[in-house]
Amino acid sequence: MAEGGPQPGAPAPAPPVTRRGVLIGLGVALNVVGAALIGVPVIGYIASALRTRSYQAWIPLGKLAVFPEGQTRLATYTNPFTVPWDGVTANVPCWVRRIGAEKFQVFAINCAHLGCPVRWFPESGLFMCPCHGGVYYEDGSRASGPPPRGLFEYEYEIRGDELWVRGGQLPTLAGPV
Amino acid sequence: MSAPAQPKGRLARVGEWLDFRLKFRESILPPIAHPVPKSSASWWYVFGSATLLCFVVQIVTGMCLALVYVPSASEAWTSLEYLNYVQPFGWFLRSLHSWGSNFMVTLMTIHLVQVYLFGAYKYPRELTWVVGCVLFLCTLGMAFTGQVMRFDQDAYWGLGIGVAMMGRFPVIGESLVHLVLGGPIIGAETLSRFFTLHVFAVPGLLLMLIGVHLWLVIKVGINEWPMPGRLVTRERYSDEYHELVAKEGEPFVPQGVQKDIVFAGIVLVALFACAAVFGPAGPNGQPDPTLIETVPRPDFFFLSLFAVFALLPPYLETPLILTAPVVLVALAFLLPFYSNTGEKSWKRRPGAWILVIVVFLCLGTLTWLGLSSPWSPDMSAWSGTPTPVEYVKGRTPLELQGALVFQAKQCRNCHSLGGEGGMRGPALDDVATVQTRDEIVRQVLQGDGNMPAYGKNLKPQEVTALVAFLTAMHPAGEPAQRSATIPARPGG
Repeated sequence: MAEGGPQPGAPAPAPPVTRRGVLIGLGVALNVVGAALIGVPVIGYIASALRTRSYQAWIPLGKLAVFPEGQTRLATYTNPFTVPWDGVTANVPCWVRRIGAEKFQVFAINCAHLGCPVRWFPESGLFMCPCHGGVYYEDGSRASGPPPRGLFEYEYEIRGDELWVRGGQLPTLAGPV
Repeated sequence: MSAPAQPKGRLARVGEWLDFRLKFRESILPPIAHPVPKSSASWWYVFGSATLLCFVVQIVTGMCLALVYVPSASEAWTSLEYLNYVQPFGWFLRSLHSWGSNFMVTLMTIHLVQVYLFGAYKYPRELTWVVGCVLFLCTLGMAFTGQVMRFDQDAYWGLGIGVAMMGRFPVIGESLVHLVLGGPIIGAETLSRFFTLHVFAVPGLLLMLIGVHLWLVIKVGINEWPMPGRLVTRERYSDEYHELVAKEGEPFVPQGVQKDIVFAGIVLVALFACAAVFGPAGPNGQPDPTLIETVPRPDFFFLSLFAVFALLPPYLETPLILTAPVVLVALAFLLPFYSNTGEKSWKRRPGAWILVIVVFLCLGTLTWLGLSSPWSPDMSAWSGTPTPVEYVKGRTPLELQGALVFQAKQCRNCHSLGGEGGMRGPALDDVATVQTRDEIVRQVLQGDGNMPAYGKNLKPQEVTALVAFLTAMHPAGEPAQRSATIPARPGG
């Protein structure tokens, strides 16, 4: 408990170095370091969902024969980025339109407006959204209603007799499938 | 609770022993018995404490639910079903929790409106108002995250809608989406994130801020009943308030709190009744995104938002999603700073009344629209809704063929006949009286606005039949529209 008063007759009013002052300074510095040491991993943990690389992988959708030419069919796949306790939410549906022998269009299920699941009506050749009434033509382009663009489309590849698509994330206006 | 100064019983001695250490008599008693203006012991001043009561009910029932509920995407839905049908009183606790949420939001809203109309936010209670606004937002946050806990189809697609809005942020959109979802899709980590928010983060914040809110109420004093003409000035208000309290104040406990206690009892009984009679909310279908035969709807408080997004012109959506919440929150937070002094009474603030009425009319109308959601196509009307008999009776084969096309091509999903079918487009019961044959043909082939063009999706003979059906749609006494360029033929 040393009393560190100002030195009498000192020319400059510089605060004197006292044991208490050093201790407080050391304490503050140590706490800042400690908080950073703990804080950085915590932030890294919470933000681990942010990856510089997008979530993209090639996924098999099934044999080509499942998709008859000139028709649009619902296909489902298991998302490649999952944990075992995802349950049924790991199953992702998409619409597969087979135009020709080797020519496809694969659409995300999510309406480009606010993400609701669009339904295909083969009779009228339209996709309709049950939420706000967005409608798309069979090629995925916007037909009417509030969507700001056409349906989100997957990149696809034919490998042997299988259809593969590139995807892995929920499509929004900010990021593709 | 001190005993009379008589020979002390054992209980009193235990009390003394405790108070010697806890010092409640000098720390807790003064705020409990602090004097409040007599005029504030009014039925209008019970809504804050009732909101707090609901929060306590939510904590108790929430902890009980957490004993059984499994916050895992693969198990949550099953555990909700277990709560509803197997766990004794599980359905009732779920019901209490969801009705408790409705009660809390409702009472909090009434409290907010009362504080606004009574000018209670003015000097020197600005901070109480600001903290109250944060409490309001946190409570709405609890309502939304709670809807996610009920992990069913509505929760799944509700999350999808939430992140679709976030995806509209420029530059940071995609990162924001992944941060909220905890990964690339709605799944296990999403539910865990919302569970953490709903059970730890937001309630912790609420507890802390409720403490600050109550501290401010005690330290600054509860608002006196506003008298028309008694203006608030920064110079004199504090003195006037203390004078008022000294003159006609009474202790908060037991006088001031009487009506709060009665109302608390009423709230508890009403909550029990609603929970017992109406039962728990959902869950509806499993949160399986491959079950696409679903019509997602938000919970009650968010129906107005749902309506806004259906009715806004598309070009306004993104700018409004990005700016409106910030502007509205800023306007609410800053209210006591741009309206700091002056008249408090609602009797001399007609603008306040008008604002409250306009806001509630808007919210009410939007909620009502959200409930009926006329903009949503009726997805099964084309196959499941019968054609009214009078529209097929006595029609030509071509017109009957058109009636079939009308159903088979999903027109009915957006256009009603005889009041049944979608409301997205206009009802077509008398379309022939407003559009000529040519106009109908053009509308069918080219569409416009909210109607897709059917040109590529109808064969010529189908168009002919459909248009024949539609041009026959007019009341018996009112002729069909005819193009002015075609001279009327006798009998034609």
